[in-house]
Amino acid sequence: MIVLGIETSCDDTAAALVEDGTKVLASVVSSQDALHGPFGGVVPELASRRHLDALVPVMNEALKRAGLSLAEVDGLAVTAGPGLIGSLLVGTAFAKGLALATAKPIVPVDHLSAHIHALFLERDPPEFPFVALLVSGGHTDLHLVSSHTKTEIIGRTRDDAAGEAFDKVAKLLDLGYPGGPAIQRLAEKGSREAIPFPRALAKHDSFDFSFSGIKTAVANYLKGYSRDSELSREDVAASFQEAVVDVLTQKGVDAAVRSRVKGIAAVGGVAANLRFRELLEARAQARGLRFYFPSIELCTDNGAMVAAAGYHLLKDNPDGSVLDFDAYSRKKALKEPFPDPRPESSG
Amino acid sequence: MRDEAVTFLSRSPGQTFRLGEMLGRSAGAGDFLALTGELGGGKTLFTQGLALGLGVPEEEYVTSPTFTILNIHRGRVTLYHYDLFRISGPGETVELGLEEQLFGDGVTVVEWAERLGSDMTGERLEINFEFAGERERTITMRGLGKSGLRLLAEAKDIIGGFRGDT
Repeated sequence: MIVLGIETSCDDTAAALVEDGTKVLASVVSSQDALHGPFGGVVPELASRRHLDALVPVMNEALKRAGLSLAEVDGLAVTAGPGLIGSLLVGTAFAKGLALATAKPIVPVDHLSAHIHALFLERDPPEFPFVALLVSGGHTDLHLVSSHTKTEIIGRTRDDAAGEAFDKVAKLLDLGYPGGPAIQRLAEKGSREAIPFPRALAKHDSFDFSFSGIKTAVANYLKGYSRDSELSREDVAASFQEAVVDVLTQKGVDAAVRSRVKGIAAVGGVAANLRFRELLEARAQARGLRFYFPSIELCTDNGAMVAAAGYHLLKDNPDGSVLDFDAYSRKKALKEPFPDPRPESSG
Repeated sequence: MRDEAVTFLSRSPGQTFRLGEMLGRSAGAGDFLALTGELGGGKTLFTQGLALGLGVPEEEYVTSPTFTILNIHRGRVTLYHYDLFRISGPGETVELGLEEQLFGDGVTVVEWAERLGSDMTGERLEINFEFAGERERTITMRGLGKSGLRLLAEAKDIIGGFRGDT
């Protein structure tokens, strides 16, 4: 089954074609691919209109790269949330219209489930159940994943997302946006142990995270309130990065051990951080756990992961076309099941 | 519009949180709080306190809306929690529907309100957070119009009660 995945939950417009939820035929992301066309390549933040302008060229480019026509697509999957509501509405409205016009089945996909499904596009996917650390600019959650369509959030951030902390500390250090890659580069020249930034909730008896305090600690350090030595921006970057990935990997591995699963995965934009990958690998191995990451390009938002997650929903409901769904900006309850946001009656 | 200001030294993050919580208890539909100041100043912390005062359940975490731009929390009255950190400047805010939210059915808090520029109009309580030490923050509040001045009067009472407290 060939699924067209459409993703517009944030700044990037993305479309991809995936076969059977495992094989990427083509994946195009507007802000990363230098495409020739009516849009310049970079989609500015927040402009829902840009998603609208980019959607058709991005989808057509994906079809072209896969050597397919729209008629050869078996079903559609679109991110329904969480994300920026305006951006989500553009993507869902477009996908619904396309489904109606082509008489193809469509399913709404949860963005968090999509990130986890990036793992199944790799050669060695995890076996259920496993624990997934979903770490990005907008999310920092620990998921206990028991099947393609069933997962439970067992921990989350109480304030800032980890990726947001990277972006904000990058801002404090006058580095560019996005902050993750910029901090990683600067950190390579610094010492991880130079500054003991706080590890919030590290020993707390829950799998919740907090990254607001470390951002403030960096601000204080840069202002000189908590510093008696000369300022090294490299050391700040390296020590900050270490504090964040230390807490993430510690809690992730603890959660996997306590949940009695055999594997731990990291997904989302922050999972592209090399120090994070290195430390998670070391800590997972020390506890006898298998570890999984998507390839770097599948960590950040993309349409392939949406198509992969959508495949499992379409497979269970091949004839159903679910047009009756809404975009949503944020998840409400802690233990709300996902990823199927379809109304009960249609399932 | 009549306006009045007060400056206060918050001695700890706990005090910043309590200022928010106590203001939240008296805030009502239509109130607009415009928060400004540096990263790490305590804007989200203040809003977490405000949410608790507004009756948002404690288990519903009031996280930073930096990525989503707007988070909505249901309490005694609805809290519209905006964050304009990623907005480049006035003009883009029109797309957010902020105007429709103001004076509506809930309390609106806008972090990084400086990005609104001249779009920031109407009755409001402006709150600026400035570093005064590792834990201390200088909090300057300015009430504008009837709703802003009422919130400012409340804030003055709350600050009065903090004296001698840490």
